[in-house]
Amino acid sequence: MSTASSSTAAQTAGVADVIDPGRRGSDGQGPQQRPSRRWPRTVGNVIIWVLLIGFSLLFLYPLVWLISASFKPRGEVFDNRLIPETFSPQNYLQVWDELPLLSWALNSFVIALLAAGLVVLSSAMVAFGFAYFTFPARNLLFGLVLATMMLPGAVTMVPQYLIWLNLGLVGTWVPLFGANLFGSAFYIFLQRQFFLGLPRELFEAARVDGASYVSMFSRIALPLSIPSLVIIFLFEFQASWNSLQAALIYLNAGSVEGFTVPLGISYAMTKYSPTAGGQGDYQYVMVAALLVTLPMLVMFAFGQRYFVEGVATQGRKG
Amino acid sequence: MVRLNASRREAIAGLLFISPWIVGFCVFTLGAMVYSLVISFSHYNLASNRIRPAGFSNYANLIEDPKVVTSLQNTLFYALMAVPLEIAFALVLAMLLNRLGRSAGLFRTMYYLPKMTPAVATAAIFLLLLNGNTGAINGFLGFFGISGPQWLIDPAWVKPSIVLMTLWGVSGTMVIFLAALKNVPRELYEVAALDGAGPWRRFRNVTLPMISSAIFFNVIVLTIAALQVFDQAYLLFWRDQSNASPEASLFYGVYLYIQAFREFDFGFASAMAWLLFVIIMAISIGQVRVGNRFVYYEGGR
Repeated sequence: MSTASSSTAAQTAGVADVIDPGRRGSDGQGPQQRPSRRWPRTVGNVIIWVLLIGFSLLFLYPLVWLISASFKPRGEVFDNRLIPETFSPQNYLQVWDELPLLSWALNSFVIALLAAGLVVLSSAMVAFGFAYFTFPARNLLFGLVLATMMLPGAVTMVPQYLIWLNLGLVGTWVPLFGANLFGSAFYIFLQRQFFLGLPRELFEAARVDGASYVSMFSRIALPLSIPSLVIIFLFEFQASWNSLQAALIYLNAGSVEGFTVPLGISYAMTKYSPTAGGQGDYQYVMVAALLVTLPMLVMFAFGQRYFVEGVATQGRKG
Repeated sequence: MVRLNASRREAIAGLLFISPWIVGFCVFTLGAMVYSLVISFSHYNLASNRIRPAGFSNYANLIEDPKVVTSLQNTLFYALMAVPLEIAFALVLAMLLNRLGRSAGLFRTMYYLPKMTPAVATAAIFLLLLNGNTGAINGFLGFFGISGPQWLIDPAWVKPSIVLMTLWGVSGTMVIFLAALKNVPRELYEVAALDGAGPWRRFRNVTLPMISSAIFFNVIVLTIAALQVFDQAYLLFWRDQSNASPEASLFYGVYLYIQAFREFDFGFASAMAWLLFVIIMAISIGQVRVGNRFVYYEGGR
């Protein structure tokens, strides 16, 4: 992969700039904006603000629409009013009888927790190996780590299913997080970068004091890398929480109570669809869709800078 | 106990630390790929868990199955439409945010929310928003006197529907562009302005070359993602097994899933997977070739 080795213009971008895009040019002036006359500048600013606010409405409208649809009775879900004509909060009570939302949420939560927890530990361990030790073929192996990022998931989908099938684990949760025991390419890359940024003297000093490699990893490396470990945890939690295809493959044949939230909502969309014999009770789908989204929004509210930093790092690996 | 010298011990410790990845790679990546290749040349009987050689028949069937060709065309058409629009839209958004001071954080948060919305929720929302008769999107178009299409029914509008949903969640790409834009030295713009370059020339001759590696990265990543599109197409069109959906909505990833996990024709599905792999590799290599001519790397290559 020649793309992986090239240095990129984005590579040196300060993380702080990503976290707070307003840091530079706090006078409200972008770098490209220095026309000489006063009048065009005002017009330009008005256009920019109109665009910014217009795009905000575009991005927020579907979410606001969702919130309001979740409070509408059956016949009004399609009416597109942002303030429901008939306010129907009982949707939120009835949905629990209609759909086993609680067990879906619990299933998804436990799976996401296991998936994220395991991938954090295994990826950090592997990253530590790549960051601090010299061993034969290290660069070749790390190149392979990077190369697996390019591999389309479709190629390994069927054989992985057969592996889990032969282990008798299809229908259990294990295939939804099991592969995370072995680290994941992008996270290994991310965590290795972070380890390489830690001062090496810390580890030299610990060596002199007779610390073992394991305690160097668990007592020094891990505690110092909380920020990047949080990024990995949040990314994987989100990926697992949103994952539809794996749940379809491994859990679809089982009981409805055993579904994850994405699989459950897919099931609910069919259940209430008039073309599939349902009554068109889409308000329940909307309540469920809102409830699956809320944990992600809460996560984002508390961990925004980690998400943004993690995504920007993806760009920097170039 | 055998005494090992320091460098041997270090090498062994390092290999032990990376051993989880080695095991995972051998089983779930390399092993799986080899297994997949073998299956693609076999008939796999799931009931008896038996495998028998099939020669090239799965690959021959690929060429004969018109749905493979249709789904491939759909997917390539979708990628050709989605990727340039995503790049352009994300770049516009990032450049707008880049001009802001303190308030950029607030707008970035709002723009990022769709990215946090799970695909199932997005699909559920857009299923109703895109409804041709009552959906809000046609309502909005009607406001300007445009009578909107039957997005999810008319074969010509199925792919634009999915593109719209993809564009709604474009903020990940935007964040990568924003990081790249922050990294363009201000002096370059000042010098360009002194030389009398207008906004367009500054964009064309300063911004674009300086963020070309981010554009290149995003094009490659988005193309790979577009060629594997599954969630939205499955949820909107192929959720139930009635197969009543227009063939225009049959994407390669969806057809692969159907062949593997509804028909349980693992041999055929594996052959499909390898065809996709070859196509993705060919496109990526092509993009790298073209990219190397245009991408500016700071400090040379």
